[in-house]
Amino acid sequence: MLGEGILKGLAETAKNFVGSFFSAERMTTVEYPEERIAPIEAARVFPFLVYDGIEWDAGLRCVACQICEKECPPKCIFIEKSKDKKPDAVGKPQFYPTRFDIDISVCMSCQICVEVCPFEAIKMDNVFELSTDDRFDGLLLDRKQLAKPNAYYHQIHPTEAAVVEARLAADRAKSDAKQTAAAIASAIKGAERPLPPPTTGGD
Amino acid sequence: MTIPAHAPEQLKNWNRPRIIEPGGDGDLLEVAMGPHHPSTHGVFRMDVALDGERVIRLKPVFGYLHRNHEKIAESVSYLASMPYTDRLDYICSLTNNWAYALAVEKLTSQEVPERAEYLRVILGELTRIQNHASSIGFLIQEMGASGTPLMYAFREREKILDLFEALTGSRMMCNYMRFGGCRVDASAAWLDAARKVVAGLPGFVDEFDQLLSSNEILMARTQGVGILRPELAVNAGVTGPMLRASGINYDIRKVDSYGIYNRFPFRVPLGDHWDVYDRFMIRMLEMRESIKIVEQALKDIPAGPVMDPKAKIRGFRPKAGEAYGRIEAPKGELGFYLISDGGPNPYRYRVRPPSLINLTVLEDMCLGSDIADVVLIFGSVDIVLGEVDR
Amino acid sequence: MPGAGVGIVSNPGPSGQHSLRLNPSHAAAVAKFLRDDAELALDFLSNVTGVDWPDKEIAEKVKVSKAVDGVEQTVEETRKRVEPGCLEVVYHLFSVARKHGPVILRMRTVNRTDQVELPSLTSIWRSAEFQEREVFDLYGVVFTGHPDLRRLLMWDEFTDHPMRRDYVEPDDFEYEPTAHDAVAARAAAHQEPREGKVAGQ
Repeated sequence: MLGEGILKGLAETAKNFVGSFFSAERMTTVEYPEERIAPIEAARVFPFLVYDGIEWDAGLRCVACQICEKECPPKCIFIEKSKDKKPDAVGKPQFYPTRFDIDISVCMSCQICVEVCPFEAIKMDNVFELSTDDRFDGLLLDRKQLAKPNAYYHQIHPTEAAVVEARLAADRAKSDAKQTAAAIASAIKGAERPLPPPTTGGD
Repeated sequence: MTIPAHAPEQLKNWNRPRIIEPGGDGDLLEVAMGPHHPSTHGVFRMDVALDGERVIRLKPVFGYLHRNHEKIAESVSYLASMPYTDRLDYICSLTNNWAYALAVEKLTSQEVPERAEYLRVILGELTRIQNHASSIGFLIQEMGASGTPLMYAFREREKILDLFEALTGSRMMCNYMRFGGCRVDASAAWLDAARKVVAGLPGFVDEFDQLLSSNEILMARTQGVGILRPELAVNAGVTGPMLRASGINYDIRKVDSYGIYNRFPFRVPLGDHWDVYDRFMIRMLEMRESIKIVEQALKDIPAGPVMDPKAKIRGFRPKAGEAYGRIEAPKGELGFYLISDGGPNPYRYRVRPPSLINLTVLEDMCLGSDIADVVLIFGSVDIVLGEVDR
Repeated sequence: MPGAGVGIVSNPGPSGQHSLRLNPSHAAAVAKFLRDDAELALDFLSNVTGVDWPDKEIAEKVKVSKAVDGVEQTVEETRKRVEPGCLEVVYHLFSVARKHGPVILRMRTVNRTDQVELPSLTSIWRSAEFQEREVFDLYGVVFTGHPDLRRLLMWDEFTDHPMRRDYVEPDDFEYEPTAHDAVAARAAAHQEPREGKVAGQ
């Protein structure tokens, strides 16, 4: 019968129309910004720099090795390496970035900087409401704006952060063991020298 | 066409041959459809010459979205082109990732762990389902059914994109696959969520089928329109659902059985009328086959690592040589051709874009048909301008 | 086919995809044979690629006999020679009928400047139509016998070939806050030093 196919289709739309009053699953739209969906753990928006401890300036994990700057596909990272070294959160003397800018108008949130970072210093944020009326400097984040505490990282990516934390702890234990062994060796070698104070692992 | 004497110099030296055979008794009308035409899926132009409503000549004009992706890829490292491949065919970023990863793995003869292969199949087939659903939606919308079928398709696509976001962190720009595996592992919770979504997909395809397949208007508009003969299809390098709708049994998943596709029994639907309706039905049937593949892959997925432990993230330098890797992307054969000179950047990086090459036959399919059907024929090719223009 | 001028180019990488080097003057005949031969049946031209090989300066050490202080001696000398560059076009062929492949064909132009003609294979495989136009557009290889050789991606008035390795980008720099490498030099020439963005503020 001519028109049978159209009627079948109309029956389908009618089913959907009525169904949407009863089934919540058919309502896929969320009324943003009044309503929001729960933050997604894997979400990656723009990178931020992780710091340990309370002082952002002292605790930055970044050692300005500039690997992320080189690997960044759209070249949106700019790093200036320090001339001197200063102790990081663990107390080891390290270089630090005197300037670390990310141009988030260029950044495409690809996460490659996170993957190539050997120091777990740069991670992905999940803040996406970043509109500003200044499209140049307003979207150029410097290292103070980028620095966020480790606790924040744990809050937004709990699973990933736990893995990273375990890896870091293992690394620290290894380097502590090495330091202790070196200290013992030097103590045995020259008994006249006092033992160095025991090192504490970071937080 | 005679150029008036007062025309700008540039127009007089127009180096495009606009040869139009004078046909019929009336005048010919030249129309530039696009670059901002609602049916062109983006910035794409067709220079059409019409005799009444009949198409006498059709020349596609490309390049409005050209950004020289290949040049960019040759100036950055191998890994850094991975996020750029997302932006080729931005509806199917995961299959783009897969094709590029496959080409680099051929170049370096890297192994991919079992679990990563399964994840690739799951994500690749989910990508195919959402691509075919939305491409059918767009096709029907161009026919005048604005909204309903497209919104139904997008409702399902939304669920699949939510899965992508939960796993890869992004809905469309997934940047998920790596040379020698996948970036992150899928949790048990994600696999359960995927099973739940996949369980709902057959119902959606049935619903879509009910809504569209036997619709008399759709049949009247599409049957016998835009016929592509199989000999021409092969000769013109047409691939994907377009080629199979012309009755040629050529699916790279079967031919190359790249990855682990030889473990999944699935059928290759073929058309026998070679028209727009066949292309529509092929996509419908391919969705059903893809659902079967995903179901089986989700059942069989083994535990284990998702990255080859020998894979290098930093300082990746393949040995000098070249490789061509290709997969059956939702739009056709997506290939990557790489030449390495041993450096950190590819010496030559070439994308074989299925969307662009499938458009080779656009003029052949449109000649002699009505201007209103051009929109339909163009929609049935299923292109994304990000890939056509690169 | 005698005198067809086909040579094998081996691929040093692990992919094992070796290729055939065609003599441009016989390329069309060889291509037709590859397509129509019942055994090969390479009816599907998948991919056409342009590759640019610029002039290369090679320094090599040569042992030369020379009279030093009246005594004949063999001296190692470094000589530089310039290996002329060329443009190469690579065709990837598959067989839909017999489901095998790839067979890779390569052709080279004489040089990169004035003798850049190669025969077009569009009459044998239609899929070369847009791809050869793209190679013409981005590399400047002129395909003789192509039915409609125009630029594909760049606009018609554009004069250069952007995929060539010695292509110089136009100097249309606007603003780049995070410039490095070559871009940094250009940025320095174009933009004022930034104010207000002192480190660590």
